[in-house]
Amino acid sequence: MTTLVIAEHDNTSLKAATFNTVTAAAQCGGDIHVLVAGHNAAAAAAAASLIQGVAKVLHIDAPDLAHGVAENVTAHIQGLAASYSHILFAATASGKSIAPRLAAKLDVAQVSEMTKVISPDTFERPIYAGNAIATVQSLDAIKVITVRATNFDAAQTNQPACAVESVVPSASFGKTTYMGSEIAKNDRPDLTAATVVVSGGRALGSVEKFNELLAPLADKLNAAVGASRAAVDAGYAPNDWQVGQTGKIVAPQLYIAVGISGAIQHLAGMKDSKVIVAINKDPEAPIFSVADYGLEADLFVAVPELISALS
Amino acid sequence: MKALVAVKRVVDYNVKVRVKSDNTGVDTANVKMSMNPFDEIAIEEAVRLKEKGIITEIVAVSCGVSQCQETLRTALAIGADRAILVESAEDLQPLAVAKLLKALVDKEQPSLILLGKQAIDDDSNQTGQMLAALADLPQVTCASKVEISAGKATMTREIDGGTETLEVSLPAVLTADLRLNEPRYVTLPNIMKAKKKPLEIVKPEDLGVDVTPRIKTLKVSEPPQRSAGIKVPDVATLVAKLKTEAKVI
Repeated sequence: MTTLVIAEHDNTSLKAATFNTVTAAAQCGGDIHVLVAGHNAAAAAAAASLIQGVAKVLHIDAPDLAHGVAENVTAHIQGLAASYSHILFAATASGKSIAPRLAAKLDVAQVSEMTKVISPDTFERPIYAGNAIATVQSLDAIKVITVRATNFDAAQTNQPACAVESVVPSASFGKTTYMGSEIAKNDRPDLTAATVVVSGGRALGSVEKFNELLAPLADKLNAAVGASRAAVDAGYAPNDWQVGQTGKIVAPQLYIAVGISGAIQHLAGMKDSKVIVAINKDPEAPIFSVADYGLEADLFVAVPELISALS
Repeated sequence: MKALVAVKRVVDYNVKVRVKSDNTGVDTANVKMSMNPFDEIAIEEAVRLKEKGIITEIVAVSCGVSQCQETLRTALAIGADRAILVESAEDLQPLAVAKLLKALVDKEQPSLILLGKQAIDDDSNQTGQMLAALADLPQVTCASKVEISAGKATMTREIDGGTETLEVSLPAVLTADLRLNEPRYVTLPNIMKAKKKPLEIVKPEDLGVDVTPRIKTLKVSEPPQRSAGIKVPDVATLVAKLKTEAKVI
């Protein structure tokens, strides 16, 4: 029984969620191999070889893997799959795009957003925006799984480097061409990996107020900035800041919800945070039902006060 | 060119589901059901492409129980031309639905297949990708912008940290994300018109698809409940609590 973890990387370094996925792989039992599929990604492969518990790194290098296009990555992994009992991806935009495609090519089901390993074939995963937890048993020979990173600790990187084996690339898919990307320049910590998250809701009223109030607060706490769907819909914050059922799942040490009422879809994305603070002027806001510390106040007064109290 | 749009009947967005006391699932009896919100965005996009003259016919498909006909009528009211229900009382999992859709894609030969990125009941986010795999087509998941010209589509998709743009040859599969469009409200005249549009019912056997579940749900339980903490009177108290009690700043 061997588990293959598909590393997420930018050809230079590994994305944080990969380390959490290796921990989930360890819980599935058996050996762990990590696949780095990229272009000129030897540095990422070398980094993977240092992760505690990894027995072997497979490295595929091909120009069509430079940008992680799902169709191409799937084409390259497909042939390797038969040797594995489990194939794990992080439940990120990339993992969620590739894992189902691979599973269907293998004619096996896929388990999404796995939060707990019960046994090698039985897992827990949230459904209905986390309002229920399903215990599911995969009946297929190969278990293709996406792992919710916030539910697993990051694996350590303190082992002597294991072997890195080059794998001959397969034919490219050919019908999909990467044209470019726009990644927002952001000096803040990554939303899903930050220890503190400051999130804003519709009550902030405008994109200007959203940034004017939350940016300095985030600066003080070295926090990532998140948003409710309502704030994203209103155009106050970019889509990839959205915390919730169909956005990002976060579990920081401290989550500060500013002017967020707390719809169930939002709670689904942040209720595993260690400490939750809610600032809202509506005493009936559902966010208070999950908050460790609730401050019933006008956010336009409370947030500047909080910023100066932290100075 | 033809578009095929898959729509799912799910528990309404605003309903807070309850886990059944015997832990076999969630209670969906007497609960409001609606079209999955992302599927609504998918059908809206197809209708907009038809209004631009790019698409000529929209076929809406749903897989599930007989009541999915209501969901299909909604799709027809938004602007689909005809509908197909693949009727089954089985627990239809994403792989099975993808196989059913693949059979219909073979039959209907659409140039564009649109789905929501994720259903809000099982939160799988799989069916579009699986269909693309089975039909060996390009896939653009979490699409936020679609442009079609000369047998190709240029689409922008939401990724971690921003967006990326892909060019795919048609036919292709896209899954709709939130920012793709804002679905229109269905008007009464269109609801009336939808009642007269053709709705065909087929069975998985007719399509030669085995829909046996590959994943067994052993148990459905309540998530750990988070209890409410305390209300603090002012910012100074909040900061003091975070420093000395919670020790997170």
